[in-house]
Amino acid sequence: MLAMNYRGPYRVRADRNRPDPEILHPRDAIVRVTRSCICGSDLHLYHGLVPDTRVGMTFGHEFTGVVVELGSEVTNLHVGDHVLVPFNIACGTCPFCQQELYGNCHESNPEATAVGGIFGYSHTAGGYDGGQAEYVRVPYADIGPTVIPPGMDLDDAALLTDVTPTGYQAAEMGGIQKGDTVVVFGAGPIGLMAARCSWLFGAGRVIIIDHIDYRLEFAKQYAQCEAYNFVKDMDDPVVFIKKTTDFFGADVCIDAVGCEASGSALQTITGRKLMLQAGSATALQWAINSVKKGGIVSIVGVYGPTWNLVPIGNVVNKGITIRANQASVKRLLPRLIEHVMAGRLNPKGLITHRVPLEEVADAYHIFSAKRDNCIKPMLIPNQAPVAA
Amino acid sequence: MENLADTLLADKSKTIEGWGIDADPNNNPTYPMKHYTGADHQRLAYERSKQQMPREEILHSNERPGITRVFGTSSPPSGLSGHLRRYAFRFSEGSSAHWLTLLMADRVNVVEGLLDDLRHGHVPNLFKEHGWSAEWRYNRPGVIRKVAVGAVIATAVVTLLMLRSKRRKSQVL
Repeated sequence: MLAMNYRGPYRVRADRNRPDPEILHPRDAIVRVTRSCICGSDLHLYHGLVPDTRVGMTFGHEFTGVVVELGSEVTNLHVGDHVLVPFNIACGTCPFCQQELYGNCHESNPEATAVGGIFGYSHTAGGYDGGQAEYVRVPYADIGPTVIPPGMDLDDAALLTDVTPTGYQAAEMGGIQKGDTVVVFGAGPIGLMAARCSWLFGAGRVIIIDHIDYRLEFAKQYAQCEAYNFVKDMDDPVVFIKKTTDFFGADVCIDAVGCEASGSALQTITGRKLMLQAGSATALQWAINSVKKGGIVSIVGVYGPTWNLVPIGNVVNKGITIRANQASVKRLLPRLIEHVMAGRLNPKGLITHRVPLEEVADAYHIFSAKRDNCIKPMLIPNQAPVAA
Repeated sequence: MENLADTLLADKSKTIEGWGIDADPNNNPTYPMKHYTGADHQRLAYERSKQQMPREEILHSNERPGITRVFGTSSPPSGLSGHLRRYAFRFSEGSSAHWLTLLMADRVNVVEGLLDDLRHGHVPNLFKEHGWSAEWRYNRPGVIRKVAVGAVIATAVVTLLMLRSKRRKSQVL
């Protein structure tokens, strides 16, 4: 089959000779992929920043597809069902899944205990091949995959597998109260969705901070929020946020950037160039310093598993609550499907590039180098249907 | 439904004065991600799925007793990078030796991947794999600038080396 094949940092190819996936467990399904996105977090893999990313792996954790084969224990799906597949691989029975922490499943990732299994996200997340392929093996298919509701746009469905729930949960974890000022660091797809979702929780003001003008312009339209360039509009983002909140601090800060943040030479050199820490924690540092005393910092940006330079003393002294997790997609899907079907959320509005799977290398480069005003690229395998 | 944690810990209230009197299930920073049921106290005594049979080597964290009930089968460890990965998994996830060895293995694996391609008669198209055709399409001036700078640096290095070699020859003579 045709699938993306990782060959090393900044090198991937579309490979026609990848083996077809097989049923390896009675709760598996095989899905023929119809839509697959490249996530901002895939770029951390693409840039070689995630340990145990092995050559030959297929990435991709945001996809929809048609069920073509089922294991003997999967009774809630049928061959031919068109499903959206949450990025979390979750058993549904471990104590964490029982309590709806589907992103923290204890039975899907042998290689690391700190993260549950994720499709196509290195062996640190379980060693599963992902959905940037014609076919994919879906473990625990009786738990994660959800039949796409009639009338839902296929592109919306694909974005309900990660970016929408992650953005929504970023806002949810912020504990936003009506009238709160929410600052979102990062105007990538997750940051844009977090900003949009902050309004659903009653934010009084939503500010997004980035350094890429086209993304900030997009944010103003898409998330109807204030958008500022931390290079051009201010000397120091922390002072800027303090000033704009009557020297109080934001009620809620959301880190939607993660380990590849720009803005601090020290963080960039030690985190991204020398890899002396698990990426550059500039956005998190700004979030901690910009939030009010007793405020909440919500983290959905992806960091590596080692360590980062963050002002933990300020967390203590300001009495900040830090909330973070991988999105629990299955928990959030019912509510998010309602929002999408009612037109309150428009996930597909994030997609700027639709690229054939055969051109996956170009798609990665365009997204990584931020060419052609790229916000979110979607890969479309040959012969994929237009609608669900 | 009775809270499992309360069931398991019921005896504590008989022996410890005031045990659990101020406990508040809502005082939990993981809510609403986590709907607390006390299931954490089951530890590993939960209903587990059938075991996926390993057909290749699966490394597992030493912070868990064995492999999980399902696992991915992409790219099993092999070659020198495989040796490094096996070594890395002797250390816990809290250890830098674990992660830095894995990063080193990843870099070695890239070279192994190139050699493997060549062994199978496949010469990788580095231009295509890097997505440089997209760079040419969307950032042509940038590509030309980079090539020009590269050419100037290469010319300078070659010229310097040639001058040095000439000087050495003239010294020998």
